[in-house]
Amino acid sequence: MVNRKRFTFLLMVVPALVLFFTFHTYPAIQGIFYSFTDYKGYGVWDFVGLKNYLNVFQDGRALSAYGFTFQFAIVSTVLVNIISLLIAIGLNANIKFRKTLRATYFLPYILSVLIVGYIFKFMFTHLLPQIGDALGIGFLSSNILGNPDLAWIGIVIVAVWQSTAFNTLLYLAGLSTIDQQVYEAADIDGAGSWAKFWKITFPLVAPFFTINMVVAMKNFLMAFDQIVALTGGGPGQVTESISLLIYRGGFQGGEFAYQSANAVIYFIVIVAISIIQLRVLERREVK
Amino acid sequence: MIGNKPNWKITILLMLGGLFILLPLYLTITIAFKTPQEMTGNLFALPESWSIANFLNAIEMTNFFQALGNSVFVTLITVILVLLTHSLVAYAIARNLHKKFYKFLYFYFISAMFIPFPIIMLPLVKQTSMWGMDNIIGLAILNAVMQLAFNVFIYVGFVKTIPKELEEAAIIDGANTWQVFWRIIFPLMKPMHATVAILTALAAWNDFMLPLVILSDSSQYTLPLVQYAFQGQFSTDYNLAFASYLMAMLPMIIIYIFAQKWIIGGVMRGSIK
Repeated sequence: MVNRKRFTFLLMVVPALVLFFTFHTYPAIQGIFYSFTDYKGYGVWDFVGLKNYLNVFQDGRALSAYGFTFQFAIVSTVLVNIISLLIAIGLNANIKFRKTLRATYFLPYILSVLIVGYIFKFMFTHLLPQIGDALGIGFLSSNILGNPDLAWIGIVIVAVWQSTAFNTLLYLAGLSTIDQQVYEAADIDGAGSWAKFWKITFPLVAPFFTINMVVAMKNFLMAFDQIVALTGGGPGQVTESISLLIYRGGFQGGEFAYQSANAVIYFIVIVAISIIQLRVLERREVK
Repeated sequence: MIGNKPNWKITILLMLGGLFILLPLYLTITIAFKTPQEMTGNLFALPESWSIANFLNAIEMTNFFQALGNSVFVTLITVILVLLTHSLVAYAIARNLHKKFYKFLYFYFISAMFIPFPIIMLPLVKQTSMWGMDNIIGLAILNAVMQLAFNVFIYVGFVKTIPKELEEAAIIDGANTWQVFWRIIFPLMKPMHATVAILTALAAWNDFMLPLVILSDSSQYTLPLVQYAFQGQFSTDYNLAFASYLMAMLPMIIIYIFAQKWIIGGVMRGSIK
């Protein structure tokens, strides 16, 4: 009887385990394996040791992709978290049309990142220059996506527009766990709005702040769709993210082994950043 | 927060911010109905006549209904696979977490949340095309594999809150483990099923990277992939392109309008876990 039960439980997990191993773990192992070879994706190959890894660190295109991805991810993460926390506090206040406003702010979450990217591309190309001309704002009067120094800002704007939806919802969930009586007590003590935010609201949503920072950062480090839609990595290669570089080099450039090594480095970077963020932010929470 | 008087200052600020959210959608809708001649004027203006010609052209050019069918197929199959199998796996794991093997399995599965897709992408694409899985059925299976980590994580959290006494009573009545799962646990998981179904459906519907690398035949392209594939043909005909974008987003927007309370509630439940 007990044995049969044990067998049933095994039967429940083994098919999923096999599928997961076959389509997730096995490709990952293959990727790591090929990163030590000179495999092009077809034909014969040889072991080359750490050559691919050393080359990544000397490859201007790869370094520029890492630089751009970090810059984009850090700025977007900070902006998304500030804006979504503000919106969440607003939505949590005693306001009119709360449900409609909440539904509006969450709307971008259900839309395809790629299509949103195409819509914004049109706005950057045609609408903003029109407004820039009308108002006489010089740097707006040309397409910012075509400007090597400003193109990344366009990508940040789209990322913030879309990601704020989900992060706002997470903060709303956090705010709803705060007991209103705490605020009433603070009112009696004569605390101002500013003091209430830093002394009550922020410490109490801190766990949500941690999750949001980690999740947002991880997602932005993997940015792909919005960049394909907005700039395709251009002008030149200044907005080429790491994902886009691996995709292009791996599929179109015959760099299977080299981009596998790049992907392994990328993986280590993402895990390291997530762990550092968790450590630092959790230490703040304890205070 | 003092008294019950609504705070109009914040309401108005939020409404102004909301305009920034709605502006791109307003432009998409109006431009989709405009003619190319109208594009030279004020871009914020309403269309002179609400012509559906752009939509008809886009439907024909992109073979919209085929792409819609593909997207619906992939999304439905993914959701069904995920609900039936991930709940089962999570149940078996949650009830055996005291055993080493299941504990290992739990951490093995959820560790996948930190593995970026590009690291498995290149070998995975070779493998799927070799095994004839470069189609929408293969895509649905891969979706289910990629979602396993997060879903197991939230299902296991939920199963832990279900008291074991229910199962023990059923076993005394002669039910076996399968019957316990399908008749008692699976129905009890309903709130989590809703959350998982919403998140999975949105992920599958809007996904671009996995279909881009997996699908080889353009007749199997999903809606986002079709927008990508037709960029060249859309070129500067923004009216045609926006009609196509709008139709690709519309099914989700319509579902959202009718079920937004349910969708937001479902996503929120998943995020508190």
